[in-house]
Amino acid sequence: MDQASSSKAAGPGPALPSKLVKISGVLVSLTLTFLGLTAITFVISRVMPVDPVLAIVGDRASNEVYQQVYLQLGLDKPIYIQYLRYLGQLAEGDLGTSIMTAQPVIEDIKRFFPATLELATIATLLGIFIGVPMGVFAAVHQGRWPDHIVRVVALLGYSAPIFWLGLVALLVFYAKLGWVAGPGRLDVFYDGIIEPVSGILMLDAALARDWDIFYNALSHLILPASILGTFALAYIARMTRSFMLDQLSQEYILTARVKGIPESQVIWRHAFRNVLVQLITIIGLTYASLLEGSVLTETVFSWPGIGQYITNSLFNNDMNAVLGGTIVVGACFVGINMLSDLLYRLVDPRIR
Amino acid sequence: MADDMTLRGWLLAEVPRSKWQARSQRFYIGWLEFRRNPVAVIGLIIILGLVGVAALAPWITASDGLEPDLVNRLQAPSAEHWFGTDQLGRDIFDRIIWGSRITLYIVSLVAIIVVPIGLVIGVIAGYLGGLVDSILMRVTDIFLAFPRLILAMAFVAVLGPGLENAVLAIALTTWSPFARIARAEALTVRNSEFILAAQVQGVSTAGILTRHVAPLCLSSVIVRLTLDMAGIILTAAGLGFLGLGAQPPTPEWGAMISLGRQYLIDQWWVPTVPGIAILVVSLGFNLLGDGLRDVFDPKSGG
Repeated sequence: MDQASSSKAAGPGPALPSKLVKISGVLVSLTLTFLGLTAITFVISRVMPVDPVLAIVGDRASNEVYQQVYLQLGLDKPIYIQYLRYLGQLAEGDLGTSIMTAQPVIEDIKRFFPATLELATIATLLGIFIGVPMGVFAAVHQGRWPDHIVRVVALLGYSAPIFWLGLVALLVFYAKLGWVAGPGRLDVFYDGIIEPVSGILMLDAALARDWDIFYNALSHLILPASILGTFALAYIARMTRSFMLDQLSQEYILTARVKGIPESQVIWRHAFRNVLVQLITIIGLTYASLLEGSVLTETVFSWPGIGQYITNSLFNNDMNAVLGGTIVVGACFVGINMLSDLLYRLVDPRIR
Repeated sequence: MADDMTLRGWLLAEVPRSKWQARSQRFYIGWLEFRRNPVAVIGLIIILGLVGVAALAPWITASDGLEPDLVNRLQAPSAEHWFGTDQLGRDIFDRIIWGSRITLYIVSLVAIIVVPIGLVIGVIAGYLGGLVDSILMRVTDIFLAFPRLILAMAFVAVLGPGLENAVLAIALTTWSPFARIARAEALTVRNSEFILAAQVQGVSTAGILTRHVAPLCLSSVIVRLTLDMAGIILTAAGLGFLGLGAQPPTPEWGAMISLGRQYLIDQWWVPTVPGIAILVVSLGFNLLGDGLRDVFDPKSGG
């Protein structure tokens, strides 16, 4: 790091433009990917065997009303104009109205999204704080039993269907042992007591200093977050292990050992520091995939998040809600991926 | 020389005498490498077991797994019903066995759709390069960046729930990594001399792509496919669980879990047994994929 900053001080010329080029490259692919995403949702909304005009005016509307709405929606225009119009609406945050809740989809999403965010964040944190040490531990003991155990655990976490794991966990920890609260975000009698500020229950409860609700929310959250975190843990542990193995076989590690530096320092100060950079991307990818993957977990735990919202809307043929949810989750997914890519490019001195 | 008489000798001969012998040799040496990896062998055994069970289904089951038998509903596992019976009295063991056919059907169908698409796009992009490459890879990247399950759900919303539609939706969200891999392989062989030789001999571009470039991409694609199989199975089971995949009474494992959900607390075997089946099969593909990767690309083992 020191070397990099001093060389920058000596010659500030070429460092900045190349960085700008990289950032703009990421921005271009971000824009293109987002356009692709909206194009797909647009096509889906046009292919749907539901007449958008009839959905608004109903069966009994007169021909004139029908024509009027038809023109209003711009359905007489060429398809690319319709797409541009659709993009314009998206830019204004207009995702249409949900049939199920009779509210703008964007309002619904604002209500449901914090629950998913809370779940995915805690799950990712669990994955990081357990998965990273596991991966390092396995790499240090390569080929011996700690390594085998970590590999097997990681593979199991990879291979288990998450919804099934959730059901089994509910059966054991809620129904049989009674250690944690069951489905939902709060017990019924706590519902609606605290004013939602962020929509993230534990944060709101802490802000209101209502510790009963805080613990109740925690008790509801811990099981779904652990289940969702299993996948994160498996992935992070596996990648940490392989990154660490890569570093530990490098010559500078040998040098450090020969110099008589204690092994724990060799591992954490020398090898792990270099792994950290690579881990950023992996953690970003995990977080993005958990935002998406929470669909199944939410269904199992009746967790009122965006995944459940999309699923319920799907069964009620509420296409605006389905596509709105898809766009929001897709945008977060794409955004986080690109962000971690960007961070990686900015942090890794070799790429810089 | 006496060694030449045995099969092993033929397979390990230093100078192969025919194309057929050379191919068999490569296969055999790969197998020797593969065999040393016990984990991968377990994976292979699981997958062979799955195929065997699916093929022998009519002989190892007592029922077709579809006919309700309400007198015997929700029975605990016993000597007669190894995995118990479900809410309609159907034998769960039989349904799991028949369900293995559906799992195989799903993964083979996805593979049949996805591999050719990925190969065609990747090989063309890698071999031709330039603008074609840029455009094709942009499209691939866009699909690569999409959330898989959500997009599959949106596709199913258009196409309607059902096994075939779920397969189609999964395929639409799965082909992109294969295009990337095929492109990378095509790039490495593009400038090699045997391609130049073919060009000089006047082989058409299509001929070069199909006869010379694509076959070389196949091994990487197959390794990736094996590793992706678990993901495909889990996504398909997830769609089934959400009610968007196979519809009742089809004994698809994900749908079986979904239907058995309400019996979780008192008749735990109804939803748990199909989950174990999914876990075992997806574990099998993961183990096998890991092993294959070690054989084909020992450097990236992890």
